[in-house]
Amino acid sequence: MSASESQFRGPSTKVHQGHLSNRAIVNLFIWPTLILLIAMNVFPLFYSLYLGFTNYSAIARQAPVWVGFQNFSNILNDKQLWEYFATTGRYALMSVSLQTLVGFGLAMLVREKFKGGGVLTTLILIPMMISPVVVGLFWKLMYNPTFGFFNFLLGFGNPSQAPDWLASRFAGQPMTGLALFAVVIVDVWMWAPFVMLLVLSGLKAIPDYLYEAAAVDRASSWFQFWRITLPQVAPLLLIAILFRTIEAFKSFDLVMGMTGGGPGVQTELISVDLYRIAFLGQFRTGLGSALAYIILIIIIAISNLYIKYLNQSKGEG
Amino acid sequence: MASFEETGPRIPVVESTRVDRVHPRAKLGKSFRVILTVIVTFIMLVPVLVMIMTAFKSRADIVTPPPKVFFHPTLEGFLYLFTDRSVLSPANLAIAQANPGQLDYWQQLALSTGQQINGPSDYVGRLKNSVIIAGTSTVLSVILGLFAAYAFSRFKIAGKDDLLFFILSTRMLPGVVVTIPLFLLYKQLGWNDTYIGLIILYTVFNLSFSVWLLKGFIDEIPVEYEEAALVDGYTRLQAFFRIVLPQAVTGIAATTVFCLIFAWNEYAFALMLTSERARTAPPSIATMLGSGGLEWSAIAAGSLGFLIPVAIVTFTLRDYLLRGVTFGAVRK
Repeated sequence: MSASESQFRGPSTKVHQGHLSNRAIVNLFIWPTLILLIAMNVFPLFYSLYLGFTNYSAIARQAPVWVGFQNFSNILNDKQLWEYFATTGRYALMSVSLQTLVGFGLAMLVREKFKGGGVLTTLILIPMMISPVVVGLFWKLMYNPTFGFFNFLLGFGNPSQAPDWLASRFAGQPMTGLALFAVVIVDVWMWAPFVMLLVLSGLKAIPDYLYEAAAVDRASSWFQFWRITLPQVAPLLLIAILFRTIEAFKSFDLVMGMTGGGPGVQTELISVDLYRIAFLGQFRTGLGSALAYIILIIIIAISNLYIKYLNQSKGEG
Repeated sequence: MASFEETGPRIPVVESTRVDRVHPRAKLGKSFRVILTVIVTFIMLVPVLVMIMTAFKSRADIVTPPPKVFFHPTLEGFLYLFTDRSVLSPANLAIAQANPGQLDYWQQLALSTGQQINGPSDYVGRLKNSVIIAGTSTVLSVILGLFAAYAFSRFKIAGKDDLLFFILSTRMLPGVVVTIPLFLLYKQLGWNDTYIGLIILYTVFNLSFSVWLLKGFIDEIPVEYEEAALVDGYTRLQAFFRIVLPQAVTGIAATTVFCLIFAWNEYAFALMLTSERARTAPPSIATMLGSGGLEWSAIAAGSLGFLIPVAIVTFTLRDYLLRGVTFGAVRK
């Protein structure tokens, strides 16, 4: 960090004949990036805000018609959409909390060095690097009630007595929520390693003398965990939770690969529904844009609340 | 050597001598921990192992309950993935089987399932699209990111922190929010379902990431090197190309691979903005249909193709993984 903070002075500020000044270099170096980001992110953001107030379909020949807040009020009055939001919320809550627990456990497990520990840690990290849609697809095979490995390894011998995860049925009887939980399991499998990675870097930064002092005082390992480990790791753990919460609300690929929203609408997350509204059937672009904005606002609100809480807890500590 | 023995141990101390670590109970705990770690890692990897196994199973072996752990390996899955086949009528099948000498391995394999190869499947073209789009966009985003990262790392820029935050925040947007307007914009430009459309989108998608990651790496290169070069009469650009670039090679390599993985795995944009000509591998693997429903061995074979590069990358980049997945915000 120290290197970056010091700014150049001296010979470099002199403009040589025929050479670029520092100012010119800065402009030359950063503007292509900024222009691309503005063109591909900021412009679309404003454009979709405008579209959110119109009645428009991308495949119709009609120009957008201004309808004011109608799209937004339609969305807010649509019980079905609220249900999708609730599903997304449940999904985010379940998968983020399980990921945190499993990831933390994994990190505690591999924190101390042993022979081959590095290889094992790296192997655990593989799931999060695979394409989510591909992960979704092959877990679909894992979950298959007749020839999938998942039930087989859980010890269910007879398919008619076993859960059919993605159809939300248990031994032939419907069991609501099973499919969503199946998606949660896969998300946890994929992203617990991410939490592990962050927690691990936090654990490695804890100074040894804290534990030595605790050992000298004969503090129990329970006490050490609550008073040393957890508070020291908390900042990184919270960053991991923030990242995962945002991603959970954006979650799309995994569900598309695995269930496509089914059975019925049990795993219809809000971004899957947004895709359906905006890119399938009637291409209800205006309504889709409004919904996209609502999702964006929710994500910003959650991250802000979260960061606020983060800063508060830092202030107290 | 006598004096050496007096001054200290011949073997360096690698084991902790802390009382809470050498106690027999602590040692027992440690071996318990190692065994547990091995078991947990194995459980985490079961799906990956299943995928590898499935890729080499025949169609019949995959759909037999209970799932087979031991089976006769075959390359059928890869045959289904890469070729377009048709079922032979019994008469033609007999003719083809009569003179198998002229057929290569793949044709014989197809013949053994009663089919003939008509040509490469769509998937081959989709893979080619993936390589072109992911490759080009990665090169572009690393080059642009490198310049921007250098400027942000070394110069005073008005509102630098805000600009950097703006760059990062573009990555936090849900993809679907920007896809709708981009779809319309691309329709105007005629960019839907083209290479250039996806290449530019992926470049921007990765740009925020590459700026942040590379800035972290460049920050670590001592400024003194460039200062010395400037004193020696190098111009700023020369100093950048001859001093900074060689020092940043590791960082550039790590960033390149991370961008490549993201672009290679990307699904949502490709699904919404392409249909035929420029469709990449991830959305097309999802719609892999055989004659009778989903062709599992083909899907597993395709997934394996995604897994291998990722596994190699994970191992080579394990030291940078933490930076990579947190946009360079967290470092080891």
